[in-house]
Amino acid sequence: MRDIFTLALITSTIRLATPLILAALGGMFSERSGVINIALEGKMLAGAFTAAAVTYAADTKLHLGNASPWVGLLAAILAGLFIAAIYAVTCIRFKADQVVSGAAINILMLGIPGFLSGAFFLSSGSTPQLPKEHLIPTTPIVIAFAMVFVSWYVMYRTPFGLRLRAVGEKPEAADAAGVSVTQIRYCGVLLAGALAGIGGAYLSIGQSSLFTRNMTAGRGFIALAALIFGKWRPVQTMLACLLFGFTEAVSIQMQGAVKLPSGEDIPVQFIQMVPYVLTIIVLAGFIGSSKPPGALGIPYQKEK
Amino acid sequence: MPTLLRQILFPLIAVVAAFIVGGILILLVGDNPIVAYRLLLGSALSWPDGIGYTLFHATPLIFTGLAVLVGFRCGLFNIGAEGQLYVAAFATAWVGITFANLSAWLLVPFCCVAAILVGAAWAAIPGVLKAKFGSHEVINTIMLNFIAVALVSYFTQYHYKVPGDPILETSTIGQGAHIARLGRFIHGFPERIPLNVAFLLALLCCLLVYIFLWRTKWGYEIRSTGSNPSAAEYGGISIGKQIVLAMAVSGALAGMVGINDVMGYHYRYYDGFSDQYGFTGIAVALLGRNHPVGVILAALLFAVLQHGGIYVDGFSEHVTKDIVQVLQGIIILFVAAESFFKYMSSRLGLNRSAKV
Repeated sequence: MRDIFTLALITSTIRLATPLILAALGGMFSERSGVINIALEGKMLAGAFTAAAVTYAADTKLHLGNASPWVGLLAAILAGLFIAAIYAVTCIRFKADQVVSGAAINILMLGIPGFLSGAFFLSSGSTPQLPKEHLIPTTPIVIAFAMVFVSWYVMYRTPFGLRLRAVGEKPEAADAAGVSVTQIRYCGVLLAGALAGIGGAYLSIGQSSLFTRNMTAGRGFIALAALIFGKWRPVQTMLACLLFGFTEAVSIQMQGAVKLPSGEDIPVQFIQMVPYVLTIIVLAGFIGSSKPPGALGIPYQKEK
Repeated sequence: MPTLLRQILFPLIAVVAAFIVGGILILLVGDNPIVAYRLLLGSALSWPDGIGYTLFHATPLIFTGLAVLVGFRCGLFNIGAEGQLYVAAFATAWVGITFANLSAWLLVPFCCVAAILVGAAWAAIPGVLKAKFGSHEVINTIMLNFIAVALVSYFTQYHYKVPGDPILETSTIGQGAHIARLGRFIHGFPERIPLNVAFLLALLCCLLVYIFLWRTKWGYEIRSTGSNPSAAEYGGISIGKQIVLAMAVSGALAGMVGINDVMGYHYRYYDGFSDQYGFTGIAVALLGRNHPVGVILAALLFAVLQHGGIYVDGFSEHVTKDIVQVLQGIIILFVAAESFFKYMSSRLGLNRSAKV
């Protein structure tokens, strides 16, 4: 157990927590406004694919050189916003079931990257390799941790944050006070799309150098778990992401099993389960209580 | 509009609309949608391979579609069919390996019971958590999916793998646990096609689910809980009990996917065998309007797409089998946003009484 806490492990924890933090903070804006966000996974996939594909195109077709990953990052944000807009219109404008449409977005985004890369790169679901100097390995980390404090400030120190929380908790009251529930919810869902898009971009043009099929591998759901574990609050959510990033770092570094001092092995599968088990326990209220926003998942029907 | 017509019309419009959007996407990437769709749909109609494989692919989707349906009817969203079918399939294989020497008369029922009970038990966990602590079943079923996959992968890797096998799969189940492929009974239908008696079991389950939900007291209580929980509670129905019961039945149905795959196809537990069956089940239930007959039709449609996807991959220049998932996603979006069509038809003046 002693040599687990090496410097390599700490940096790898931070790197693995970064996409989780970005997506979870996005999810927070959406859920605090009252819209469930199980579509984080799909939005991350959209961001990851778009970032890699656009960076490649900007590099090889437009010859933008070092500027290309930034174009890719911007495109990933737009892709996240685009998917979020579809989600927002179905859930808010057409009052579709939020969980159903979220599941639809996730299924759709499992298909779209493969469909597009098959068409444009004639590959079976991955984008071409990008050169090392056209990646952005550190900026998203800075953005992620800065966003924790920005989110905290926005959520608790601005009129927008107050309205967002009011709309998620008691939409009727917010509406009576003259706040547009619809507008605030659109903002919340779109913010989630943009942040999850950056989180996805970091996976493809930060941590690695290409997009591969289903590269998020459930990180959107871990982000959702972290959001619940962090009780829908920015700083706690960040800590939850760091914890879940740490469990992933351990399971990668140990390659198989962690040796206990007594000589016994903990198989890596049990370490992988930790975030999910913790989330279930917290949601059931065994360790403190984690109470979702009051109006989470309920479409708002203005009284006539 | 008569109810039955509306029940059929909306899903049909959703499917056609999804195919139009998909067709536009295919055009945009430079292929001919008609050629792609002919490959996608036409290949399923050939005898015996096309029809055989389509029905084989439809089998797990009928089970998971029914599983999601039972949850929905109780007001629950079971996103966990994927996890439930994994643990159930492993349990089926475990019984088939551990009691390999038993005769088929004993082993087949044992394996089936294992699939059903383990699926039910795994799904009952989020049911109990919701009934006792009020925690949302959507989150818990998602979390339990990941736990299920990790758990069975651990048991497969550390305890039931043939040493030296590079593939993550268990050793084979006993001969007595094999169930017959339909080729044995149908003249001119080769036994290499893995369509097996689990397909008939799936059809039987549709009938049983119908009887259970609409002809028994339990089903009535489950549906009352789903349509109006507070009224049901006022009428003396224990909501918590219905939630646990509905989840258990749902999980039992999802678990039967294990019978099809382990006892009728792979004859072992094969890690990652499920092609998103649990998630496609959501699409199947929604498109089938949460009715057993609708589930059969929707499962057939998605099975046709799944089988056709292979041909699209092989024979068209730009379009890959990913088009299947794209179409699925769009279909669910359209089904979910039903009021979109009401809005469109009222905008076009087709239905004056429609309100959005």
